[in-house]
Amino acid sequence: MRDVPTTQMKVIEAIRNGLDVAMDLDPHLICYGLGIDDPKRIFGSTVGLAEKFGNGRVFDVPTSEAAMTGIAVGAALRGVRSVTVHQRLDFFFLAMDQLINNVAKWHFMFGGQRSVPIVIRLILGRGWGQGPTHSQSVHSWFAHIPGLKVVMPTNAADAKGLLLSAIFDPNPVLFLEHRWLHEAVSDVPSGDYRVPLGQARIVSEGGDVTIVAMSFLVPEAIRAAGLLARHGVGCNIIDLRTIRPLDWDTVSAGILKTGRLLALDSGLPICSVASEIVAFASERHFQSLKSAPRRLTMPDHPEPTSFGLTRGLHPSAESIADTVCEMLGLPHRFAPDPNAGPHDVPGAWFKGPF
Amino acid sequence: MNTQLPNDPSLRLVREMLRIRMVEEAIAREYPKGEMRCPTHLSVGQEAVAVGTAAALERTDPAVSTHRAHAHYLAKGGDLKRLLAELFGKEAGCARGRGGSMHLIDLDVGFEGSTAIVGSTLPVGVGLALGIRVRAEAAVACIFLGDGAMEEGVFYESANFAVVRKLPALFICENNSYSVYSPLTKRQPHGRQIHDVVRALGLTTAAHDGNDVFGVAAAVKTAVQAIRDGGSPVFLEFSTYRHLEHCGPYPDDNLGYRPEKDVAAWKARDPIVQAQERLRDHPGFSGEVIERWRSEIAAEIDGAFAFARTAPWPDPSTRAEYVYA
Repeated sequence: MRDVPTTQMKVIEAIRNGLDVAMDLDPHLICYGLGIDDPKRIFGSTVGLAEKFGNGRVFDVPTSEAAMTGIAVGAALRGVRSVTVHQRLDFFFLAMDQLINNVAKWHFMFGGQRSVPIVIRLILGRGWGQGPTHSQSVHSWFAHIPGLKVVMPTNAADAKGLLLSAIFDPNPVLFLEHRWLHEAVSDVPSGDYRVPLGQARIVSEGGDVTIVAMSFLVPEAIRAAGLLARHGVGCNIIDLRTIRPLDWDTVSAGILKTGRLLALDSGLPICSVASEIVAFASERHFQSLKSAPRRLTMPDHPEPTSFGLTRGLHPSAESIADTVCEMLGLPHRFAPDPNAGPHDVPGAWFKGPF
Repeated sequence: MNTQLPNDPSLRLVREMLRIRMVEEAIAREYPKGEMRCPTHLSVGQEAVAVGTAAALERTDPAVSTHRAHAHYLAKGGDLKRLLAELFGKEAGCARGRGGSMHLIDLDVGFEGSTAIVGSTLPVGVGLALGIRVRAEAAVACIFLGDGAMEEGVFYESANFAVVRKLPALFICENNSYSVYSPLTKRQPHGRQIHDVVRALGLTTAAHDGNDVFGVAAAVKTAVQAIRDGGSPVFLEFSTYRHLEHCGPYPDDNLGYRPEKDVAAWKARDPIVQAQERLRDHPGFSGEVIERWRSEIAAEIDGAFAFARTAPWPDPSTRAEYVYA
């Protein structure tokens, strides 16, 4: 990193900082969403913005996901970029016509005459009984649609850098924030700091297995790598950061480096991003593979709510490490840390309710 | 041909309706040849709403529209050659052949786009109005919709937001009583008036005869002025009737889905015939004038068809272009 001053920030603070910087840079940029100026300020991510930029640029909206998405399109056609936010991705399903038929296609279906530079923040829920309709991570649906870009940051610096790149990208970008990562702290460069869309990040450079992950599964993979290191197994971890466009060059290099691929996915298994990565490995690098490529995803059913039903539901450091050992023909298996707190919260900071 | 458009506003309205009618009839006549290979929804019978509305707007006022958009596009000033080239799927089409009849655009005249999904452009139009507000511009966003669109949830969402932010949005509802073959009587309760529902949302509303081009132009002019003066968004409902099938070039009343007496009554109230009768005593209007217009327009249409027919296809190697800007 150049000589840019950095500050330790939580992901949620980095997002707020990124919005602040962007609104200073573009005097027409607007931010809106249900609750954007309410007492909670979208988990703190919009604190102070309404006061600084005024109600004309930062405003609360009706509970109207579909219209508010189409309105972003229209404003963009008039030269007004926007960042909209939904406190849970699941509510955004109400806007699918606008997303698929207008947002994604406007540039294409009118022959490239007008683009739709908008950002839609979608917060992914997990744990504390978020259950069937507050916990869905459908990044693979979004990545399926040409015309959309899909971003999933894992740390504070990337959250800010990717958000600023997304805001000033000429295309629509879905920005998927994991609720469990909001409090993660890292050094964040100040000012107009950008991380290019479509570039994965190599998290660790072990030589035995390549683990491709996104969002909250990146810290799980890092924890798994710690467990495996005790047994001499080195993990090459790739944080995708952007799901579409996907950095196939980095994934390719990772597969070639270790000859073993484990694709993690915080979504459902059928037609998942992990499926796509395994297909890619099988089609392109079959001869280089030392073992069958593997996936770890959510199970193929809706997420239940009960504390009694969610233990072990998500891929974890232990299940990742177990799978790696299976791939390597090693006998080790890993039990959950008995001193870890309840399985349904990311840490003591999370007191619910969402 | 060097065509002199009439200076008189009334004559211009009638000539423009005649022009759109002749374009649509030419498309209907040529469509069976199979060169225009896309779903096509013709505006025959509904020209007055488009022409009267566009006459009350500035070129710089943005408009969005629906699957049945030819009349809106042309009345707003959209290029005829590029419309036909789009229907023919040519690179010279207004959307470079990527959109077809249901995706029209002409940014030179503020026609921001029409799309195929019912109700889909309603929030886009309200977003244009929001953009106008954020940029402190004086324009009015015109949103064409049909009676079916106000049955979509996004209509209520869009109209509500326009009201709550008091945006410069003008909703022009062409109520032709049918959503494909489904009549309003099956879709909404007996006795309900669309504009009454919308008034309850807080928009300024009115209902008018959509086949009276002079009445449409006057109503829209008043509405646009009120919006420019800082008033609430306006919703105008215009009753009208489509003469041809929902989608395609043919009449379809052989199917019997519309009462014969309704069809006859509406066709007797053809907007172009009515307007011509109203102009009977106008000094600048005569049978000769009409015939001159007809021949001018026919020549323009012939030229546009020749252009569209002979224009090159898009290069197949470019078909993946424009996915991203």
